[in-house]
Amino acid sequence: MPKMTMVQALNLALRQEMEKDDSVIVLGEDVGVDGGVFRVTDGLIEAFGERRVVDTPLAESAIAGMSIGMAVYGLKPVCEMQFDGFSYYTMHQIEAHASRLRWRSQGRYHVPMVLRAPYGGGVRALEHHSESREVFWAHIPGLKMVIPSGPRNARALLASAIRDPDPVIFYEPKAVYRAFREEVPEEEETLPIGRSQRVREGRDLTLIAYGAMMRPTLEAAEELKRKHGVEADVIDLLTISPLDDSLLVESARKTGRVAVVHEAPRSFGPGAEVVARLVEKAFFHLEAPVARVTGYDVIIPLFNREKYYLPGVPRIIDAARKLLAA
Amino acid sequence: MPKTRIELPETIEHLSILNERGELDQALEPAIPDALLLKLHRTMLLARRFDERLLSLQRQGRIGTFPPISGQEAAHLGAAAVLRPSDWMVPAFREMAADIWRGRSLESIIIYNNGFNEGGRVPAERNDLPISVPVGSQILHAVGIAWGMKYRGKDDVALVFFGDGATSQGDFHEGLNFAGVFQVPAVFVCQNNQWAISIPRSKQTRSKTLAQKAIAYGIPGIQVDGNDILAVYAAAGEAVERARAGGGATLVECVTYRMAVHTTADDPKRYRTDAEVEEWRRKDPITRFQGYLMAKGLLSEDAVKAEEEAISAEIQAAVDRAEEEMKGLGDPLLMFEHAFAEMPADLKEQRADFIRFMAEAQKEEKHA
Repeated sequence: MPKMTMVQALNLALRQEMEKDDSVIVLGEDVGVDGGVFRVTDGLIEAFGERRVVDTPLAESAIAGMSIGMAVYGLKPVCEMQFDGFSYYTMHQIEAHASRLRWRSQGRYHVPMVLRAPYGGGVRALEHHSESREVFWAHIPGLKMVIPSGPRNARALLASAIRDPDPVIFYEPKAVYRAFREEVPEEEETLPIGRSQRVREGRDLTLIAYGAMMRPTLEAAEELKRKHGVEADVIDLLTISPLDDSLLVESARKTGRVAVVHEAPRSFGPGAEVVARLVEKAFFHLEAPVARVTGYDVIIPLFNREKYYLPGVPRIIDAARKLLAA
Repeated sequence: MPKTRIELPETIEHLSILNERGELDQALEPAIPDALLLKLHRTMLLARRFDERLLSLQRQGRIGTFPPISGQEAAHLGAAAVLRPSDWMVPAFREMAADIWRGRSLESIIIYNNGFNEGGRVPAERNDLPISVPVGSQILHAVGIAWGMKYRGKDDVALVFFGDGATSQGDFHEGLNFAGVFQVPAVFVCQNNQWAISIPRSKQTRSKTLAQKAIAYGIPGIQVDGNDILAVYAAAGEAVERARAGGGATLVECVTYRMAVHTTADDPKRYRTDAEVEEWRRKDPITRFQGYLMAKGLLSEDAVKAEEEAISAEIQAAVDRAEEEMKGLGDPLLMFEHAFAEMPADLKEQRADFIRFMAEAQKEEKHA
């Protein structure tokens, strides 16, 4: 199996889905000749031509709105937002139409589009290039919100998102884009959307994370074992919405001690929903209040102070030790 | 480095074929078969009378808020009438005559406006989107549909409606720009009815016409008398033919007037005068078209009377059918449907909890 970065793995998914199905169209700003500012669409225009890899004018709402029309017509547009910080222009189109056309037409139409956007901090970028606003999308009924954490699941989830009959917001952790390589099979691979995964088995506490926070979370789990002899169960959400709580609940019932980790601001963040589900379904198994290790309720600072904002291994360990002492 | 001038179109065409007195410019008269002319007339009249009936149903509390179309029949029907069934129509929310023309049943309009989602269902044989409430947002969908048509090598077109207020929205400008860049077979039909609720056309833009906005996007634009169905039909027809032939998009501005309220929750007396409304009443699109058809010998006073009676019966039958059908609607579980192709587990749980709650509430009601 070749070892790939997440950028290469996403590119592989796009390439294979485009080869299989001529209704898959890639569009966005700089996705063609330039191959995307992060090079996720690199080489696609050479392989599939300008008809299917479309450099658009600079207007996010139009990219999303046009994608909705294409999808209703029977195509499968995969549109790219250059950064999540610019994707809010599309929110009206996505909320008012992409998520509702199936409902509004009582099943006559559906909107099989994917909106890809790099999200999150850790790349020393300008303002508006580091946010983690997945809850904006996760709160919208009729929409799926997916965030992979590594090259292999990114490839498999993107293939699933493209094939999904409903609109999918696909956030790519830009801090992970080139951070490490993983073996990714050449042959097709998909992962079900709406399903979380246990990525480490443990009995002492549960760590729940997703996206770029999976790496520090797994590192923290290893350190907890090494230094404190504690075995953490670690769960990767993969899909933020609709949220699959079955593994979370099962794990919380087993360990009784849970921390949820995300870089989005704390209040009303994805962690709040996780905590609510655990309170509803595992309350009597909890040995300690569920901990949230998250970004703070501030605008993410410019990159010189970013490391204080983003949850890292020490903050996760700190939360874990408090949970274990409770 | 001299200061030079860049040539741009300096004029916008304005098309009027039947003037306010119903007099015809014969040189411009479009060749429309008699049967089609009569069908257009009947649809305009049906839409007007149905609009009036909906208003009375609303006032009686038998349906909810809705946006009347009276006065704008020619502006949207004239455009929809040039479409083939395989073309796509992308409505805003004030195109009822066009909806009826494309095959939407009167019952579904009543059912929708009475707050039942079932009325929004688009039958499989019609390539039309459901109505779109957020002003101007649907323009982009037509561009995407038209992009798909071009990609698939079809000679169909996507025709989208919006109002004068929509031309202030970003989505309008982005849509026209994208359509120009991609040369897609889209037709943009603006029903300039002079009022976006209380904001007059003069406060939407300093531009002399709305049609001229096309110039900035490198596509043709034309202004027509929107109360003249022949002019609308001719201009939309030319735009559709150009689109089919690969000539790209066109903006058609139909100058018309909203004779009634914005929606039934609106009171126009707060922002416009009766005199202005009366002035536009003299330009009524149906009276004018009727005069033309009578002059042509296609229609008589008696025929109109007979038509009015038939329309009245048709509307009554539709109201009766809709009210009968609505007795069987209202299953609350429908609200959980059509969110996704497959219902996710957490939604299934919420649905199950709702069913449990309803059953228990019913039991308690029985005991009480």
